[in-house]
Amino acid sequence: MNQFVTVTLNGLTLAALYFVVASGFTLIFGLMRVVNMAHGALYLLGGYIALEIQTRWFEDEGSGLGLSLSGASDTEYSVFAWFVPLVLATLIIGVLGVVLQQVFLRWNQGQDLRQALITIALSVILADQMLAYWGGISKDIAAPSAWPTSITLPGDVRFGFFRGVVVLAAALIIGLGLYLIIKRTRFGKIVRAGVDDRDMVSALGINVNRVFIGMFFLGAMLAGIGGVLGGTMISLAPGQDTAFLLNSLIVVIIGGMGSLGGAAIGALALGLVDAYADVYLVFGDVDLTNYSIIVTFALLVGVLAVRPLGLFGRPA
Amino acid sequence: MSEPLLVIEDLHAYYGTAHVVEGASLTMGAEPVALIGRNGMGKSTLCKALSGTLGVNGRTTGSVRLDGADIQGKAAHKIAKAGVGYVPQGRRLFQSLTVDEHLQIVGASSKAAWTPKRVYELFPRLAERKHVSGTSLSGGEQEMLSIGRALLTNPKLLIMDEPSEGLAPTVVETLIETIKDLAAAGMGLLVVEQNLGVATALADRVVVMVSGSIATETTSGQLLSDPEQQKRYLGVEPLAEAA
Repeated sequence: MNQFVTVTLNGLTLAALYFVVASGFTLIFGLMRVVNMAHGALYLLGGYIALEIQTRWFEDEGSGLGLSLSGASDTEYSVFAWFVPLVLATLIIGVLGVVLQQVFLRWNQGQDLRQALITIALSVILADQMLAYWGGISKDIAAPSAWPTSITLPGDVRFGFFRGVVVLAAALIIGLGLYLIIKRTRFGKIVRAGVDDRDMVSALGINVNRVFIGMFFLGAMLAGIGGVLGGTMISLAPGQDTAFLLNSLIVVIIGGMGSLGGAAIGALALGLVDAYADVYLVFGDVDLTNYSIIVTFALLVGVLAVRPLGLFGRPA
Repeated sequence: MSEPLLVIEDLHAYYGTAHVVEGASLTMGAEPVALIGRNGMGKSTLCKALSGTLGVNGRTTGSVRLDGADIQGKAAHKIAKAGVGYVPQGRRLFQSLTVDEHLQIVGASSKAAWTPKRVYELFPRLAERKHVSGTSLSGGEQEMLSIGRALLTNPKLLIMDEPSEGLAPTVVETLIETIKDLAAAGMGLLVVEQNLGVATALADRVVVMVSGSIATETTSGQLLSDPEQQKRYLGVEPLAEAA
């Protein structure tokens, strides 16, 4: 029973992280029909930038014993040492997203294949540069030392504090914030109108390019936040860019591209299936947990067989 | 001000490689003009070319001047800001937005001539259905919303593409009255219509589009009294004409 609760929580927190990353991906696609294949690279870069800021600005305070073998664990991290990198990295990635859109994608509007190839190329280049600079060993962003490492839930279930509280709360706040932006603000209304009929929005005197800039800023920021959360919750390592791109794709394919609610449902489905398949794919002596990824694809095939546009998808 | 409201000279419009509007020219002032022609002659494409909404594969060449300002090939939002309001064929409302949201997104200044409040005064039906999704309105209400939305850009020239399409006759009559009032108040009007009754009720001047250009022009009086013209320009009896 305890194990089941822990595994479920694992799934939920994974889902929360997937949602944060995939919501940016799906919003960008919904408005601009751009499949941003560099979204995973922005995720990982966001994490690495936060790590770099944390190590450069906040590592040296406290202990002077730089030779300690156990490394970072000796350093005291204040709450600022986590939040400042989070905010800065998020903003930097947001701006980078805008640059990417304006420099590479803007003049290829409507050319889906070109845009996909350009963003794939960018993500490959970024991946190599990140590998060259930060190396191949996985690294963590340190959570503030003042935060507990774990919490004890009723029924004596222990679960990571950052994972169980911070990431879940962040996903809920972000989800709610995005919902309000899309539902209540003029920007959000224009975005929804733009998803329906972009040309008609510009015929009303609205500069759609400016809305695109706003959307790419927001979408890339979400990848950046995801990178910092993921880098603290799991770790940062080469290959996670493609892993999170793939996750985002699966999430939005399940949920329906362009739909925020779809991203939430898709992330939940993927997170829970991932978590359960990792543990419960054991039948007697046969341990199939190595093949858990197949269950993910079975989920994908199942959804697509019934709803080819995803659960909340609409024809483009 | 000697410059006419709208001057189109040798306008060409393409979708990809398809050449749809082939050298259209038209000069009009603030008086209403009806644009007629058979299906596939390029009327809607001309409207899209004028409003800048041909989409990513479309392009135009030639010259279009509104009140003396060159608007040919400009981005749609600049054309709208310059004073062209566009009421497209099929209304093209936003299915995710309510009636009120349709009017809010335009961002009309509260000091402008047209505000959401004035649109609601013009179309009280819309005020009653403020929070209803735009696409669940009746056909007539949808057309009202599409017009109201375009009015909020405070246009000098309103381009309407088949406003009466798919509407009940009584609804069309009310619509004609409203559009006439707008024109009487000094708004330029270019109306594409397949419905002869609507076209002639709205405008005295009738221009005819054939094979992508403005072929000829007539008046509503002449057109109404001459069945031969009607047949030729609107293809009321296309089979007889082909023979």
